[in-house]
Amino acid sequence: MDTEVLARIQFAFTIAFHYIYPPMSIGLGLILVIMEGMYLRTGKKLYEDMTRFWIKIFALIFGIGVATGIVMEFEFGTNWATYSKYVGDIFGSALAAEGIFAFALESGFLGVLLFGWNRVSPPVHFFSTVMVWLGSMFSAVWIVIANSWQQTPAGYRIVGEGLNARAEITDFWAMIFNPSSIDRLWHVWIGAFLAGAFLVLSVNAWYILKKKHLEIAKPAFKIALVVAVCSSLAQLFTGHHSANGISVHQPAKLAAFEGHYDSLAVADMYIFGWVDQKTQKVSGVSIPGGLTFLLYQDFKTPVRGLNSFPEADRPKQVNAVFQFYHIMVSIGMALIALSLFAAWQWRRGKLFEKRWLMWVFVWAVLLPQIANQVGWFSAEMGRQPWVVYGLLRTSDAFSRVVTANQILFSLVLFTVVYTVLLILFLYLMTKKIQHGPDHSAHDEEANSRRDNPLMDQI
Amino acid sequence: MIFGIDYTTWWFLVFGGVISGYAILDGFDLGAGAMHLFLKKEESRRIALNAIGPVWDGNEVWLVIGGGALFAGFPVAYAAIFSAFYVPFMIFIVGLIYRGVAIEFRSKETGRIWRASWDFVYFFSCTVVTLSLGLMLGNVALGIPLDTNHEFAGNWLDFFNPFSILVAITTLALFMMHGAIFLTMKTEGRLFTKTTLLARNFTIFFVIAFTLNSLYTLLYIPHLSDRIRSNPQFFILPVIMVLAVANIPRQLTKGYYRAAFVSSAITIATLLITVAVEVFPYLVFAPNNPANSITISNGASSEKTMGLLLTIALLGTPLVATYTAFVFWTFKGKVKLDETSY
Ligand code: HDD
Ligand code: HEM
Ligand code: HEM
Repeated sequence: MDTEVLARIQFAFTIAFHYIYPPMSIGLGLILVIMEGMYLRTGKKLYEDMTRFWIKIFALIFGIGVATGIVMEFEFGTNWATYSKYVGDIFGSALAAEGIFAFALESGFLGVLLFGWNRVSPPVHFFSTVMVWLGSMFSAVWIVIANSWQQTPAGYRIVGEGLNARAEITDFWAMIFNPSSIDRLWHVWIGAFLAGAFLVLSVNAWYILKKKHLEIAKPAFKIALVVAVCSSLAQLFTGHHSANGISVHQPAKLAAFEGHYDSLAVADMYIFGWVDQKTQKVSGVSIPGGLTFLLYQDFKTPVRGLNSFPEADRPKQVNAVFQFYHIMVSIGMALIALSLFAAWQWRRGKLFEKRWLMWVFVWAVLLPQIANQVGWFSAEMGRQPWVVYGLLRTSDAFSRVVTANQILFSLVLFTVVYTVLLILFLYLMTKKIQHGPDHSAHDEEANSRRDNPLMDQI
Repeated sequence: MIFGIDYTTWWFLVFGGVISGYAILDGFDLGAGAMHLFLKKEESRRIALNAIGPVWDGNEVWLVIGGGALFAGFPVAYAAIFSAFYVPFMIFIVGLIYRGVAIEFRSKETGRIWRASWDFVYFFSCTVVTLSLGLMLGNVALGIPLDTNHEFAGNWLDFFNPFSILVAITTLALFMMHGAIFLTMKTEGRLFTKTTLLARNFTIFFVIAFTLNSLYTLLYIPHLSDRIRSNPQFFILPVIMVLAVANIPRQLTKGYYRAAFVSSAITIATLLITVAVEVFPYLVFAPNNPANSITISNGASSEKTMGLLLTIALLGTPLVATYTAFVFWTFKGKVKLDETSY
């Protein structure tokens, strides 16, 4: 295999593995803030036990997120040297800002979050939890801005030619607020909230099924359910917004999402289907005119098809992009249905009685994970053949001095290392979950083991 | 221009500061890890791990910031260095991954084999990380062959030259000394006595390694000390360093382990400053054809980006300093194990 293909496989593999963890860190961070906030307000021990249990899970997830993130930071230099020179001016600043503003914040306060329970006062501990969560939110900001700039470049000019060409910042704010960054930032954040919420839902649904730790599992389930309902509904809006943006800025990508080769006056929207790349036909179930309507709120504005772009400037793996995109959207719909149904059962007071529903929640933890992965795959593969959309081709971007064998070596190395990590992670997670939260006193109203946090100030 | 120094030079200073910060901070984590197996009892090992537990992750971030600083300010050097050091760097990264997870995973089971295995992984990865860091530093100081596009034009097996291997060993000695001194601040009783003893032995190890290294440089690579020899004011650097190292055993004997720690931090900083003074204005010197070298001007980002980066650094540094200080202050003093410990 040639260097380019190997470099792409390696990047896709390492980033996809990294991206298992950050969404859970960000989402769980939010839920920890809520849990600990409830503890501070009420001083109830059950919230303390709940918070401390989820901090332990958080530590495990965060640890692997950090370990795999370091790889990403340097992979641009090792595998994508030409790309690094080309975008250093722009991408580098975002990465540097991320290090200083985001990673330093989250990693600094992480120590207090994990080990400070008995060392700092409850409000200071809570403050640290909030800072860790904000740090992880900020890290998403910078990395998504950098990636969005690649999708929809703005605020730059190109200097030099050939191998020495590079992009220079001309307008900082235009670069930050490039056409897709805000839409995608919300979409990524909310995707992360869903990942965190469904993790908490899954574990607690399992406790409820096994009738263990009920006094902690039920309120924790409800907290996560609230997050899930809000986020799943919001995700539909942010996703729709993104799609609108793409129709303007990356029309070839949108055409690939829906598998449209011909420019159509009235474009259908597929619920599911299969793209035959040879005959350029899609078979499946569709809503007639659905795409045109969602984009333009009418049935006459034409949508550009793939054939209106030169062969060399449009994505080739149309069917893969189509499938990834549709899996994401279907999961989005399924999450809405699931969380709304559960909320309705909660209102009727029957939430925890439906065992089948709890089983669905136990497994539903996989859905946001899958959606997050295929979401990135459709966004990144739909951008091909460009690394920087319209400016730099992927085939020009890799490190020329690195040989295929070196990449193969590191790819094998990372496959082995990551497989071991994943196995250990799953093993330790299962163990932690089976062990469950610690609770010393069984009286629900009992006060905390710590001095009651805010009470003595009142 | 700020104070008569242009943006690019300022950014070079910032980058140097970040790298020194990383070496000083993560240096003691890595050093403590590299001497982990010298501690025999389970309790001692736990105390050593919990001494760095709350801070190592924050320390590692300095590396991430350094990577970002190089990428943003000197993308040409970032691209050249990391694609040149492909293999050693991948090994370095895998080491960092396992250092992190070993700390995290070790405490999650109590079985003897489980713990002994992670102890070994932890020790081994810290040692490998330190050695590969030293190896890369040695090669950057020597220079690496570049072509006219500033891309690597050599063979990676050449990285294993005697000079760089010596630098790698010196780095290991330096970090072990630094880590042991850090542990003296964190331990009590018999463990304290032991770490003090180790700190003293590692200081001797470092002095020997460093002397060999300097002799080798003076004899075989004289151009690496050109600048210092032609500008006598820079002689202050080795002098400070020698005084700082000599101060370490003195302070340890008196029981002033915090002063000893400051001394070893100063040692690390002056060493890096000396290297920087020697290579400046080159970021990557190309011995095959000096015209192909990457300097701080032909490898830099645009003036506008430099200004932006300095603003970011100016805003960010006080913030980072504040919460780093807060975290170190929260966990100051001797390690006390409780239910949140590793
Ligand atoms: C949506 C969010 C998101 C995305 C798209 C990425 N990351 Fe990430 N990254 C995080 C969100 C995050 C996070 C939430 O901040 C961390 C910290 C803990 C965790 O689990 O993930 C993280 C950790 C993390 C670290 C370790 C930081 C530390 O030591 O604390 C580095 C160096 C990177 N990442 C770098 C990258 C790069 C270069 C990416 C792109 C190619 C990338 N991440 C994609
Ligand atoms: C936010 C920071 C990110 C940046 C800067 C980034 C940048 C890149 C670059 C440089 C490549 C290699 C060149 C290419 O094939 O186009 C790539 C490919 C890819 N990335 Fe991203 N990416 C980011 C995040 C992600 C995430 C979080 C995922 C999903 C988990 C992802 C999935 C992929 C995939 C699947 C490919 C391979 C696509 C292909 O080769 O067809 N990316 N990206
Ligand atoms: C509900 C219907 C959904 C719609 C209409 C939708 C729409 C989109 C669109 C159009 C993109 C491409 C953006 C771009 O390339 O610029 C995208 C990307 C993405 N989606 Fe979705 N999405 C939906 C649900 C979800 C869900 C439920 C998740 C995760 C839990 C998710 C996670 C992602 C991720 C991680 C990306 C890649 C980052 C990005 O480009 O924003 N999506 N989505």
